[in-house]
Amino acid sequence: MRVNQENEGKIIRRILAGEKELFHELIRPYERRVYLTLLSILRDEIEAEDGAQEAIISAYRNLASFRGEAKFSTWLTTIAINEGRKRLRKTKGKAEVSIDEQQESQEGDYTPAALTDWREIPLEALERKELREEIKKAIGELPEIYREVFMLRDIEELNGEETAAALGVGAGVVKVRLHRARMMLQKRLVPYLKTTVPARRGFFGGAQ
Amino acid sequence: MKLNCKHVWEHISEYIDKTLDAGLLADIELHLEHCEICSAILDSTRNILILTADERTFELPVGYSDRLHERLAKELARAGADTN
Repeated sequence: MRVNQENEGKIIRRILAGEKELFHELIRPYERRVYLTLLSILRDEIEAEDGAQEAIISAYRNLASFRGEAKFSTWLTTIAINEGRKRLRKTKGKAEVSIDEQQESQEGDYTPAALTDWREIPLEALERKELREEIKKAIGELPEIYREVFMLRDIEELNGEETAAALGVGAGVVKVRLHRARMMLQKRLVPYLKTTVPARRGFFGGAQ
Repeated sequence: MKLNCKHVWEHISEYIDKTLDAGLLADIELHLEHCEICSAILDSTRNILILTADERTFELPVGYSDRLHERLAKELARAGADTN
């Protein structure tokens, strides 16, 4: 059975009524998101995979408590975030500053990197493995509060409201953190993007 | 209103997300028409977002889905044994 957002509620009721095999189909569209959510918090592929499995099993066990006020995807993402944070606390111990204690950076003065001659075609650029690695590294190096928001909004493509709900913060906070995350990445990554297309302007390099 | 570059940078994210109000949007577009630096910053930020969102940047571990469903199947079987 194909699952889409409209019939998710129906599927969930059927699972709870005993057709538990349907849970496989229910979570299939979100497997990638759950993994990436864990990866964004844990920054370790093996830990992230293990955490993703745990989060999804936890979602199954707690499915009866899903009331449908939030979207299923947001509910599942919240479980994934909690699983990630739990693991992070375990691996880092109590010495680590907790997420709540992390200070929101107030300076807000992220001067972007200006590189007027960069017009590389983005998707061709990705063929370069070292660039992909550099992007992952740059995201991994973002302070946690920015990395979480960036991953949810720009990689997993939740909207602002869903991101706020999943993280338990306000929509304004999401907006500010997302902006800062993007500007930090812009500054950090622009030097790695070499000019290969001599065109003067244009998003995909070709247009004048 | 005449904007300086720094002011434009503060709104690049909202510009990309198209969440600016009409007045500020017009001011920023006017600025972008004349400012090579801000245009380049806007383009590069957008391009970086295209790159980060590309599925090749964050690939799932090989066999991730299979392992996940295998583990889930065990859990479902176990849960079934509990209730039946």
